[in-house]
Amino acid sequence: MAHRKNYGPLYSFPMAAWFTVFFLAPIIIIVIYSFLKKGLYGGVEWEFSLEAYRNLTNPSFIVITVRTIITSIIATVITILIALPCGYFMARSRNQTLLLLLIIIPFWTNFLIRVFAWMNILGNNGFLNEFLMRIGLIDDYIHFLYNQNVVILVLVYMYLPYAILPLYSTIDKFDFSLLEAARDLGATKLASMIKVLLPNIRSGMYTAVLFTFIPIFGAYAVPLLVGGKDSYMLGNIIADQLTKSRNWPLASAISMVLTVVTTAGVLLMMNLQKKDASRIADASKSAGTARAALDTGVSS
Amino acid sequence: MNFRAVVRNIVTSLRPGAASGEAARHARRAIKRNFSFSQTVFIATIVFLFLPLFVLILYSFNDTKGMDWTGFSFHWYEQLFLHSRDLWRAFWNSILIAITSAGTATVLGTFGAIGVTWYRFRLRSYVQTISFLPMILPEIIIGVSLSIFFAGMKIPLGLLTIYIAHTSFNLPFVFLMVMARLDEFDFSIIEAAHDLGANEGQTLLKITLPICMPGIVSGFLTAITISLEDFVITYFVAGPGSSTLPLYIYSAIRFGVSPVINALSVVMILGTVLLTYLLRNFLKYIAAK
Repeated sequence: MAHRKNYGPLYSFPMAAWFTVFFLAPIIIIVIYSFLKKGLYGGVEWEFSLEAYRNLTNPSFIVITVRTIITSIIATVITILIALPCGYFMARSRNQTLLLLLIIIPFWTNFLIRVFAWMNILGNNGFLNEFLMRIGLIDDYIHFLYNQNVVILVLVYMYLPYAILPLYSTIDKFDFSLLEAARDLGATKLASMIKVLLPNIRSGMYTAVLFTFIPIFGAYAVPLLVGGKDSYMLGNIIADQLTKSRNWPLASAISMVLTVVTTAGVLLMMNLQKKDASRIADASKSAGTARAALDTGVSS
Repeated sequence: MNFRAVVRNIVTSLRPGAASGEAARHARRAIKRNFSFSQTVFIATIVFLFLPLFVLILYSFNDTKGMDWTGFSFHWYEQLFLHSRDLWRAFWNSILIAITSAGTATVLGTFGAIGVTWYRFRLRSYVQTISFLPMILPEIIIGVSLSIFFAGMKIPLGLLTIYIAHTSFNLPFVFLMVMARLDEFDFSIIEAAHDLGANEGQTLLKITLPICMPGIVSGFLTAITISLEDFVITYFVAGPGSSTLPLYIYSAIRFGVSPVINALSVVMILGTVLLTYLLRNFLKYIAAK
């Protein structure tokens, strides 16, 4: 097609321009702001300063960073441990359509409404307390809400399908006769799962981990609504610094931490996946598809 | 993980009675064996996933405000439909934002995908990378950076800034879905059209866009649902008086829970289920055409 005009740039230019102005530029601005001095009334003063990053070494920030990492790891691990057998069961089932719909339907419900539902269940006058008192198991309300455990519970609830879906679609492609072969050769059921199934569905595992870890790591609404002050995560601190303390450089610097850890996580997973150069594109593509499928229950 | 395989997998598995051959064959054999562990976990997971929805539905019909069951009533539905003006204003804001931002994203994303899939040019990898990134970064980063950006540009927060933010995070999805569609088609169709004398405009209108249509429609609808759903990013770029439905729900939850939200949830659950059902049939209809 050498004789034809190359329309590629023409087609892609508007989209590229949009992303450059409304995505890349804002990110570059917060990188720059994180190295500036805090303005007196919010905003910044154009003077180089490492103040914001020095603030990050403050013990209270370190505690929150460590807590965010630990919470994300625990929630991700629990999610994957639940999602694996679910994905396996779905892949081996004859009613895949129905089972998929069962997983997807709860997630058509608005995110906040699902958090709200958990508040209804776990609140002091909530469903669970009423139920336990009605059957005479407890005499007084139990405070289920506003702690670290409930944050993890709700996070797992929110991001389960993001793990189930890629695991299911990878396991579905797995040749189950390999498991039978392993059993015939004398492997126990568990051993055949660990030694034969798991290595074969690695790519699905990485995708599942990525989909759950990243949004959980950047969680904001869940710890805000069902967590206490002592279960705040990095997302909440960024929001507080931005809206309450109006310390833009600090908000930017914490955002940088979040971005760096996320990017490191993505790169680590990509490396583990050891594929060709289109890995990033591939992973984010499948991320997009899974999300889209969850959001609408359909794909192109 | 191969993207197209994922898409195809999801599509085939959503089609009634179309479990993929290999899996189905093994499933039949597996039925006889017991794999009760995965079954138990799956059933428990389904209960876990649906429990909150059932609680919402149950208590949306409760007579009083508490979680103590005092009798059946449509009280909260009446409140929702007749006495919640702010809620409906937020709802219409959400609809407006969803349609405009999804529309913009669909136009930009479709052309972007055509350019990137079928042409090689300088900056192509830049375009590709930058259109994936918004999906990888946590939402809060996008919200915060846009909020600071708008403040720096002196753009007042309001519906306009929400529209811009929503278009930004919608776009990657349209881009991906149209690209997935284009991947399945041969560029030689386009070349043939050119050889037969069609110019670029004619090719676009008569061939490329019709080919992409299922991708464009599902991209558009995905963009709408993602827009309607978003809370975190909107929270940072919304100004006074520009509340969307999720923002309204948030403040209702934050400052005194109202059972009207229960009723709203039920209406929204039913609405999305219905919409998705219609959508699936519509997409099948398009694909069959």
